[in-house]
Amino acid sequence: MLESYRRPLLLAGGTDVMVDVNLNRKRPSTILSVRGLAELGTSDCRWIGANTTFRELEGSRHPALAELSRTIGSPQIRYAATLGGNLGTASPAGDSLPFLLAIDAEVVLRGADSIRRLPVADFLVGPKSNAATSREVIEGVLLGHPPTTAQAFAKVGTRAAMVISAVSACVVRRASGWAVAVGACAPTAIRIPGAESILDASDNVTDDVLEQVAESVRAAVSPIDDHRSTAAYRRHAAGVLVTRCVQRCLGKW
Amino acid sequence: MVITLTVNGELTTAVVSAYESLLDVLRDGLGLMGTKGACLQGECGSCTVIIDGRPLCSCLVLAVSADESSIETIEGIADGARLTDVQQAIIDSGGVQCGFCTPGFVMTATALARSSRSYSMDDLREELSGNLCRCTGYGAILRGLATVVNETDL
Repeated sequence: MLESYRRPLLLAGGTDVMVDVNLNRKRPSTILSVRGLAELGTSDCRWIGANTTFRELEGSRHPALAELSRTIGSPQIRYAATLGGNLGTASPAGDSLPFLLAIDAEVVLRGADSIRRLPVADFLVGPKSNAATSREVIEGVLLGHPPTTAQAFAKVGTRAAMVISAVSACVVRRASGWAVAVGACAPTAIRIPGAESILDASDNVTDDVLEQVAESVRAAVSPIDDHRSTAAYRRHAAGVLVTRCVQRCLGKW
Repeated sequence: MVITLTVNGELTTAVVSAYESLLDVLRDGLGLMGTKGACLQGECGSCTVIIDGRPLCSCLVLAVSADESSIETIEGIADGARLTDVQQAIIDSGGVQCGFCTPGFVMTATALARSSRSYSMDDLREELSGNLCRCTGYGAILRGLATVVNETDL
């Protein structure tokens, strides 16, 4: 069906698309709703179907995923908004994206006669831009690691509920080492390999190590000033949120 | 395009345009003015309706994508003149001032009251965080709803 249209816009929960439509920012010539596709609906602790809503993910066995899901929008938004939609929108501030990066997730893209797997970092091309072609649907994501208690997510915004992140961060301690990711601090959510190597090389995460981690985060990000925050605040807060997440992974916060 | 909806238990058809939201169809197409529209971006919850059992912002639902779904609006909640426990609780607690947000609060709270979960005051605040009241009547609304969401059998 995708082949019959030139550049169809895929509609999942509608919580991003409809804002643009209501405010006359976007009038796509073709909208295809994927909501009724049962194939996108299944989930377990290693696979999340694209149509899984954040309300469902509030109960995820991955603590960071459950936590970030509870911070997205309001209950009404979470009943509609899906993980596939968050990926498709590919906002730099998409709250699930730092987690998906940190857990080494792969996006599964399905076309009529094709299927391919892309690491999330390759899927996220730029602000609101992703690597899916107009012939592909996001089928779901394959999570690279099993659930562990050493996961943490944190975000800051201008109020406690219903807020788009000014900065977000996710840290996961896997068997293979630390993973550190931040959102809303670069054209896409990004991993911070420098911070990860500092943590991997430290037997003991002292205050000094945490300060080095924060410094490497501040050096790696390239935030902008906009209506939600300033570049300077984002840079500072990214360091703070990452160190806080690291401490929570160690059971210290 | 013509879509078929079950609205408050009645099978209805509506002619909708491509970019119309369910909110517009309910108000302008079907004349159900109880559902309010304000922010049109899912922030305020005044357009909350229950779709296939889930409370959703009708402004964020593309009308054509709601084809064949079952929708409950504020008009369909009461049994004639007999209000539901949720409606009565908001009145009794003084949780209505200008009333614009009230239908949204009632619909969200109705979905909570129907669930088997029980809600602490903090849970309730979180569950109602998608409904804004600009008369700042939250205290009275929350106090009222706290008395019904955990025990009502709707």
